[in-house]
Amino acid sequence: MVCQECNQRPAALHFTKIINGEKKEIHICDKCAQEKGDLFMQSGANGFSINNLLSGLLNIEPFLQQKKTSTFPHVEELKCKNCHLTFKEFVHVGKFGCATCYEEFKDSLDPILKRVHGGNTAHVGKIPERLGESIHLRKQIKDLKSELKSLIDQEEFEQAALVRDQIRLLEKGDEAAAEERGNQL
Amino acid sequence: MTLDHFAQNAKSSWWNEAGPDADIVRSSRIRLARNFRDYKFPTIYNKEEANEIMELVKEKLEKSNATVVGNLELFELEKLEPLERQVLVEKHLISPNLAEDSLYAACLLSENEEISIMVNEEEHIRIQCMVSGLQLTEALEVANKYDDWVEQQIDYAYDEERGYLTSCPTNVGTGLRASVMMHLPGLVLTRQINKIIPAINQLGLVVRGMYGEGSSAVGNIFQISNQITLGKSEKDIVEDLTSVVQQIIAQERSAREALVKTSHIQLEDRVYRSLGVLLNARIIESIEAATCISDVSLGIDLGYIKNIEKSVMNELMILTQPGFLQKYAGGPLQPYERDVRRASLIRERLDSAQIENS
Repeated sequence: MVCQECNQRPAALHFTKIINGEKKEIHICDKCAQEKGDLFMQSGANGFSINNLLSGLLNIEPFLQQKKTSTFPHVEELKCKNCHLTFKEFVHVGKFGCATCYEEFKDSLDPILKRVHGGNTAHVGKIPERLGESIHLRKQIKDLKSELKSLIDQEEFEQAALVRDQIRLLEKGDEAAAEERGNQL
Repeated sequence: MTLDHFAQNAKSSWWNEAGPDADIVRSSRIRLARNFRDYKFPTIYNKEEANEIMELVKEKLEKSNATVVGNLELFELEKLEPLERQVLVEKHLISPNLAEDSLYAACLLSENEEISIMVNEEEHIRIQCMVSGLQLTEALEVANKYDDWVEQQIDYAYDEERGYLTSCPTNVGTGLRASVMMHLPGLVLTRQINKIIPAINQLGLVVRGMYGEGSSAVGNIFQISNQITLGKSEKDIVEDLTSVVQQIIAQERSAREALVKTSHIQLEDRVYRSLGVLLNARIIESIEAATCISDVSLGIDLGYIKNIEKSVMNELMILTQPGFLQKYAGGPLQPYERDVRRASLIRERLDSAQIENS
């Protein structure tokens, strides 16, 4: 196969770029790949890395132009207060500098995450056990509140009273008692 | 336990128990990307900060009583010879990235090599679990156990909305990369693979060669993994990949059946020619070796070759990689010397395998 850039040398790098399900095959020789710069080559024998592709993906013109004129006029000057990575650097490298970047770049992240994760922007999987205790609790209270509402709608007031007590106990942080109350249901 | 324990055998001991569909699925692997709270990501941290992560791992994970999860041995990559690092890569115990350019890189390995925790790669840690055959759910369970254990010692960077926070936006959410290594000679020979790969890509999965990113599918071995880590639960990611892999297994089996039916003699010829090359060659390049090993493996699966165990072929696949060859030779070799060495090593291994079975 001949390199699609120079149409002379044999292609040495072959890869498939998929953006939102749209597939593009790229065949290119070593020399053209080097000339193309860091979009294609990374130092070392690893050659090609997903992050190079990613930065290409994040860098596409319409995205930045749209951002410049949208609600976030200074998107390129955005800087993480913790690690000092700028949004521009993030787009260039294709990687975050620290956990705080997720907060600092929050308003510009959704379109990027959507592109990378098939339209998804929110986590639905595992919650860490220890760190997640308060998250578990909040979720539990939320679930109980919606249960309470449906019980009231069905005029099951005795049951509803029990659920209400359970919510109060959870809100006070008394999980053991709340669980006991829950068992009575 | 020293590194030699890991570097001497091409075969990891978890291979000994062949998992479901192990004739087509060589291995299932789960990797969980995790970062520690309040530390900068490897993207931008400096040497001191990288060292802090290393020290944290040493203090909390290496010294911690690991009876819950079994013993893990820590290896600092800087203290290893380049060849030893390469061997770990060839056994898939660490990634090429970790071996090459990571600051204060390390890995924690379990004795049977099922578990490997990479330190200071693209993310602070990556917990890897690798098992034989198609057993992604089982591998996820084991990886989760280690994940819970690490979380008991060190706080993770986690956000209620985004999940596990990672330096690379492609890992955020579950941080889960599930992958299977498949041997698909039937689909390659019948040229169906060219139609199947785009279909797999459409499903949000990625197909790569044996050594991951950027490697080509040498020896008809393909690695298939999930692309999306955010907005899907771990269970869904693993189940979706499993069901696609089951489809591919069925396709591969019917391709093999069709080949036997329509071109039995050509197939047998190909298998035995390749066996002839492996048994007799004096100089063999890695790609030719991989192709022949793939043919002979297929021949064993189809029952053409009865006096060689399949595991010998799997072992040769790793053993003939440049790092292993040179480790065996006791030092660096020129590419030409490697090809000679590779040929003699294959002959020796096959001779002893055939004697064992006769």
